[in-house]
Amino acid sequence: MSEVHNDVQAYTLRLELVDEPGELLRSLQPIADHGGNLLSIFHERGNVTPRGYIPVEVDIEATPDRFDNIVEGLSDAGINVIQAGTERYSERLTIILSGHLIETDLSDTLTQIEATRNATVTDISLSAPAGSIDVSSARFQLAAESGSTEKVLAAMREIADEKDLQLVEPLTVGGRA
Amino acid sequence: MRLCVLGAGAVGSAVVELAAEHGHVVTAFADSESAVVDADGIDADAVLAKKQEDGVVGEADPEAVFDADYDVLVEATPTTLGDAEPGFSHVERALADDRDVVLANKGPVAERYADVRALEAESEGTVRFGATVGGALPILSTIEDVGPSRVSAVYGVLNGTANFVLSRMAAEGLDYEHVLAEAQDLGVAEADPTFDVDGTDTALKGVIVANVLSEGETEFTLDDADVEGIQELSGSMLDLAQEDGQTIRLIVEVADGAVRVGPRLVPGHGAVAPSGTENAVQIEADYCGRLGITGQGAGGPETASAVLTDVERLAD
Ligand SMILES: NC(=O)c1ccc[n+]([C@@H]2O[C@H](COP(=O)([O-])OP(=O)(O)OC[C@H]3O[C@@H](n4cnc5c(N)ncnc54)[C@H](OP(=O)(O)O)[C@@H]3O)[C@@H](O)[C@H]2O)c1
Repeated sequence: MSEVHNDVQAYTLRLELVDEPGELLRSLQPIADHGGNLLSIFHERGNVTPRGYIPVEVDIEATPDRFDNIVEGLSDAGINVIQAGTERYSERLTIILSGHLIETDLSDTLTQIEATRNATVTDISLSAPAGSIDVSSARFQLAAESGSTEKVLAAMREIADEKDLQLVEPLTVGGRA
Repeated sequence: MRLCVLGAGAVGSAVVELAAEHGHVVTAFADSESAVVDADGIDADAVLAKKQEDGVVGEADPEAVFDADYDVLVEATPTTLGDAEPGFSHVERALADDRDVVLANKGPVAERYADVRALEAESEGTVRFGATVGGALPILSTIEDVGPSRVSAVYGVLNGTANFVLSRMAAEGLDYEHVLAEAQDLGVAEADPTFDVDGTDTALKGVIVANVLSEGETEFTLDDADVEGIQELSGSMLDLAQEDGQTIRLIVEVADGAVRVGPRLVPGHGAVAPSGTENAVQIEADYCGRLGITGQGAGGPETASAVLTDVERLAD
């Protein structure tokens, strides 16, 4: 019942693109080509670097091997990779939610978590013993920005509260995420 | 030392039974309806047998104990919320007479810590309460030895019943109701286990720790704790945790001036996932890093031994 891809991690890529049509799409190609999973793109059109480039932040998920290939592929394609790494989502945490998960729209719950922009969901494992009409539980693995665990948990509490779900938090006291 | 023991339940009776072994004499002993007083020391065996058979410890009125000759009042009446009575008044009377007090009862130091400390300041007597947190485990005495100001966090499992239920749910994949009923059959859980499973008992202990750590700066009571119980957990939630090498335990966290109690995901075989009815606590302190204390916490004789350790410390 669980879908395990333990070695998949969340990475943030900071790119600088030439201000030309099609550049963004071109920069995403190596990610797809090398098996990366695109999580989000942050593209500030109005913002231009002193050298005239457009900064773009791309969050992806990939295994470490694939990630290396992606960075290589981007460089080969002549795209400026300013920063590549896991710095942004360096903290992993697991939570369990239980209740009328399906009825209260699981995908909306996911969207809400992603919308916090402090965290991204890297794995979900669902357990629905009596079918989807009844109470079900799910384990979420989250990758959170370094130092934002408390913020992410606070957001989770709010989501759980609003949807009347039970939240089991990880023990985080003493800096153990 | 001469002891006056209030409460003839699991703890009070065990104190009376074990006092002589530790070189102390019980000169007064009371339950809710009766008392026995003897300046030369009561006959422990006879009195405990009488309690078993007749339901009373003697013929005297419970009030009589306060006129007895004693050095230390051992308070082992039921823990109550709010005004913490009758425990609080017992503490008040002993301190007014300049006697020392050793508490097994959590109420006075969880709900009225500042009042207790104020009465103690006016008295020649001293109040100790090591038995209130983790029973036989030296949790408060370790904090005392390390120095409360050096302790940055205390967290872990402080209720054996809740821990038993959760470890059985994890091991057997059974649901909460089922395991709780089993725990009651085994005598691990009481007939009314509400305070054990809804987090209240754990929270009271967390509040006591918070009071000790704050050293009088802020007073904590149960109302200041954020408390959630384990009643809503299902076997499948524990399964989900286990698939990830984790488990769920009822954890109290005392840190940054806050007390939180609730089910938490913890490493499956980690420092705060003890087995069965055990307790397990981590104390984070300057210089020593993370100190772990694990073992059998509650129980009559276990708690009585902690009470007698406190009596020992008063004698020094
Ligand atoms: N059991 C443990 O493992 C443990 C561990 C740590 C702390 N504690 C604390 O220690 C205390 C005692 O626990 P326990 O398990 O021994 O409780 P218990 O078995 O319920 O016994 C309570 C005793 O207090 C007596 N009592 C009630 N009101 C009284 C009054 N006004 N004056 C004198 N005696 C009175 C009762 O009298 P009757 O016999 O006449 O009813 C009974 O003998 C509680 O506060 C508990 O929270 C217990």
